[in-house]
Amino acid sequence: MAWFRKERKERPPPREKLEIPQDAWDKCSSCGTVDLTDKFERSHMVCHNCGHHGKIPAGTYIELITDPGTFTELFGDLTSVDPLGFDGYPDKLARAYNKVGKQDAILTGVGDIHGVTTCIGAMEFAFMGGSMGSVVGEKIARLARKALEDRAPLVLVSTSGGARMQEGVLSLMQLAKTSAMIAALKEEGIPFISVLTNPTTGGVSASYAMQGDVNIGEPKAVIGFAGARVIKQTIGQDLPDGFQRSEFLLEHGMLDMVVSRLEMKDTLGRLLRMMLGKEALELTG
Amino acid sequence: MASNFQLDFEQPIVELERQIEGLRKLADEREMDVDREVGPLKDKLSELRSEIYENLDPFQRVQVARHPRRPYSLDYINEAFTDFIELRGDRQFRDDPAIVAGLARLDGHTVMVIGQQKGRNTKENLKRNFGMAHPEGYRKALRLMLVAERMKIPVVTLVDTAGAYPGLGAEERGQAEAIARNLEVMARLRTPIVATIIGEGGSGGALALALADRVLMLENSIYSVITPEGCAAILWNDATKKARAAEALKITAPSLLELGVIDEIIKEPLGAAHNDPSATAVALKKSLSKHLSSLRKLKTDKLLARRAEKFLAMGKFTDG
Ligand SMILES: [Zn+2]
Repeated sequence: MAWFRKERKERPPPREKLEIPQDAWDKCSSCGTVDLTDKFERSHMVCHNCGHHGKIPAGTYIELITDPGTFTELFGDLTSVDPLGFDGYPDKLARAYNKVGKQDAILTGVGDIHGVTTCIGAMEFAFMGGSMGSVVGEKIARLARKALEDRAPLVLVSTSGGARMQEGVLSLMQLAKTSAMIAALKEEGIPFISVLTNPTTGGVSASYAMQGDVNIGEPKAVIGFAGARVIKQTIGQDLPDGFQRSEFLLEHGMLDMVVSRLEMKDTLGRLLRMMLGKEALELTG
Repeated sequence: MASNFQLDFEQPIVELERQIEGLRKLADEREMDVDREVGPLKDKLSELRSEIYENLDPFQRVQVARHPRRPYSLDYINEAFTDFIELRGDRQFRDDPAIVAGLARLDGHTVMVIGQQKGRNTKENLKRNFGMAHPEGYRKALRLMLVAERMKIPVVTLVDTAGAYPGLGAEERGQAEAIARNLEVMARLRTPIVATIIGEGGSGGALALALADRVLMLENSIYSVITPEGCAAILWNDATKKARAAEALKITAPSLLELGVIDEIIKEPLGAAHNDPSATAVALKKSLSKHLSSLRKLKTDKLLARRAEKFLAMGKFTDG
């Protein structure tokens, strides 16, 4: 061993400075798996390790379930106002419109799902927690009216913490408004499929999200009326594992099925084609 | 019964009442005539009452709406209606005493009356769960609304709840679904529905009985998407800012009339409903009768179209 030999310290080769943008990596909020953001996005935020369904923007969800290039946005000009003069609401709105987009907490329009022209709404959680104010209620009511007039099925993808409290009772009235239109649709025998994603709670779960002819939950989505914090406070104990998750609701009879986001389009397509008496499609290939 | 209960702003009223009571006692004991002294004091008492009650701030209204001596659904059912026959159970799971319902007569006409019922004491509150219904309560209400529809009997609802109960069993049995289903069915129920908020109108749990042709509110009741305490906790992380939240949420009857959410305010007697429950029941009955007789004249299709229009018009936004 040439321990005595004076070793010339070799300088490490000059590293190429890699420009790694901060958002290149993403982490699954459930199992902690870290991977390229791009890879997460290509799997629509479904973790390839644990199957956890992360949140995706409304537009991405609609792309995921519609035939390419068929979606046209409707009622996109509806904009929230501050009806009560609620402290801080105008600022919050301005920030959300700026950061998240002008669709407010729901993107609505018409598109094809495996060839079935469908009225589609997808909620946007990033916009004030997907809260339902007057704009969300009005967009859903108009979309349902269009479904009624065109005799086209309705699909709503929900993700929401509930009513938007900055609009006070007017936001509560959106539960009544949307329910009135869904009831009218049902009287005419037009199919309505509700897709509940993480989370769907409060006023949205207590109205249209639970009114589907078929209710579909995404895996492990939190679905319920009361928030976990409020329940914990009320009963003074911790909530059991899996409480208020899709699988729990399926077992208790509130959902028809739990379906992975990656299979949502095919599931919707098969259901809609059957409900409307259209012939089966070859979905593979 | 919490007969000694008083709100802080009621203190001057209670003091004056005691003073009058004291004078009367003294007069009885000594066989004196104190009418000359009592008269002005009584005038002063009603002046004080109107001064205090006409200037309540929103959170004081919340306190009045939750007053433990405020009349509850059964008080009105007994005072304003006759021949009440209670009907119970959802036919699926159990009877939920947080909601009382049954057939009754109002001015001789049969109605289906359905109301949330709080308890007057601990024992009653255990039974009635403080007026916070489980899904089976809403399903009982729904079952009886459908009976009313078949019998062509109008539905009268009395709303008084802090909210639908947030518990394990309630969630397990589908609190959200129960409310959602009531809304959907009430929107198309082929018989008149008149809802009155008599105390607390707490969010979805209140709306589940209030999708109606006419929505009335007793003067000192409140109707809100969230409790002021809950709102303050979420927005400012501080439940003590409930007074500020009560103001911001616009939950009093005058604000809601202005927003077009309710159709009429039923005036309460001087010193609020708990000061004169009988007079309040008379006012409620008068208003209910008026609205029911005008709704009875409508053809069912027109009734339903107007009900839908009413709720479809709610909300404020700009379009482009
Ligand atoms: Zn994972």
